[in-house]
Amino acid sequence: MRRRGRLPGAAWLEGSYTPMPSKPKVPGLIKGLGVTFKEMTKTMFPNEGAKKLIPSPSKGAHTVQYPHVKEAPPTRARGVIALLEENCTVCMLCARSCPDWCIYIEGHKHKAPPRREGGKERTVSALDRFDIDYALCMYCGICVEVCPFDALFWTPEYEYSEPRIADLLHDKERLGEWMDTVPEYEPYEAGSEAKVKKLPKKGAK
Amino acid sequence: MTLAIHLAYWQQTIIKSIGVLLCVLLPAGAFVNLFLFKMSSFMQSRLGPMEAGPHGQLQLVAEVGKFLQKEDLVPAKADEKLFKLAPYLIFASVLLVYVVVPFGPDAYFTNLDVGIFYALAVSSISVIGILIAGWASANKYSLLGGLRAAGQLIAYELPMVLAVVGVVIQAGTMNLQGIVVAQANGEIFGFGGLGNPYIFTQFLGFMIFLIAAQAELTQTPFDMPVAESEIVAGYMTEYSGLRFLLFFIAEFASVGAFGALAATLFLGGWYLPIPGLDIDANYMNVVGPLILFTKILVIAGIIFFVRFTYPRFREDQLQKVAWTVLIPLSLLNIFATAILKVVF
Repeated sequence: MRRRGRLPGAAWLEGSYTPMPSKPKVPGLIKGLGVTFKEMTKTMFPNEGAKKLIPSPSKGAHTVQYPHVKEAPPTRARGVIALLEENCTVCMLCARSCPDWCIYIEGHKHKAPPRREGGKERTVSALDRFDIDYALCMYCGICVEVCPFDALFWTPEYEYSEPRIADLLHDKERLGEWMDTVPEYEPYEAGSEAKVKKLPKKGAK
Repeated sequence: MTLAIHLAYWQQTIIKSIGVLLCVLLPAGAFVNLFLFKMSSFMQSRLGPMEAGPHGQLQLVAEVGKFLQKEDLVPAKADEKLFKLAPYLIFASVLLVYVVVPFGPDAYFTNLDVGIFYALAVSSISVIGILIAGWASANKYSLLGGLRAAGQLIAYELPMVLAVVGVVIQAGTMNLQGIVVAQANGEIFGFGGLGNPYIFTQFLGFMIFLIAAQAELTQTPFDMPVAESEIVAGYMTEYSGLRFLLFFIAEFASVGAFGALAATLFLGGWYLPIPGLDIDANYMNVVGPLILFTKILVIAGIIFFVRFTYPRFREDQLQKVAWTVLIPLSLLNIFATAILKVVF
């Protein structure tokens, strides 16, 4: 048997020790019924004044009827990853850091004309393939974090489900199209301006 | 039955079978649509099914179609014959309860002298079905669920029977039709304007009956046998397709069956004490079922209201409530009823 408050030096336990309720808490049970009933009437009859008795649950419910009504996701929502191809240097950091191994990259190097007259020919890396398999992706965002050249961006778009699972593999053209939906970032809190990611100018490609 | 046309026995049997099926399926469908789809949604500030038909009213058709399309799976190690038998056994027990429920002065399927005894006895056949389902699935979650269900249903059978005994003492008959008539003609301490619906004189019995019914139906807060967060879906874990649908229909149809019993025993059955409503008139055979159905809806509404409000009991708390609270209370109720019956 546990005796309450008799242990020496256990006075601080008083109050934090909650014994099992010895009798059923009937008033609490009735209160609970009241909560659900009130919520039901609030959902069914949200109107005020004269129209109070007209049931209109579509207005009272907190949910949104998705395909008909769409909620705007927050700008930093992790919907889908967009690729800015000309920033990519085929460094493979994203593919290697991906926990699901869902990024497939192939590239080649080619000679490009020098930047200035009389300069040396440059070696440039070019992407042949950049696929993200969204059937595997777990939206951890490590690839976006790890990219040193700002080639990957989160966008809040979420409507890209497919009837065939193979179509969830987005190639670099498809990933490039998402660039149009990348939102302008809100400024971070004061003092961290230096870390703000610069968005590429729209139409840079 | 006083029918103008004489029907052969087999014709009557067919009509009665269709009637019982309708009595089982209509309330079950109404409950799912009204309470499970809509009332629970509104209580959670959402709309429920909205796409099939206007405001989702055809969702039920879609659900049944979905279940019929699904594959009928039997686990490799299951006892196949028993596994396939169990849902039919549970469904049959619900069908059999409706056989004795009176819907009007002449509208009943059978008029047994031991009606309420028969109904309670038949409703506990479902325990056997549930145990068979739990055992034959060859799944430990199913077995746990089946055992929990058996313990729970047997524990709550007792207070339910004892609560009904009070009504039987007061009415002086076990015949359900007789109980309805006794309530219609009864008086409460000399005042007969309302008749005597036993909810007034047997309020304790009514409450015990409702609580026990909630547990018999394994509705929350007494849903340990199918507690999805602990044992997947209990004895229903391995079932799919049509057989799962049968379990599902049986669950909601038995809400209707217990609602019908509660309405008949405590709320005056198919009769309403309105002046001008003649208890022996022929039109009561049409009006009676409507009145009874309304009362069933009220009882089912209470059952689902409680279901959507409370969280689940713990297993030992559940047993404690039955054995230490409900059974002593119902015995007290019988004792008091018997004394008052002799005194007045």
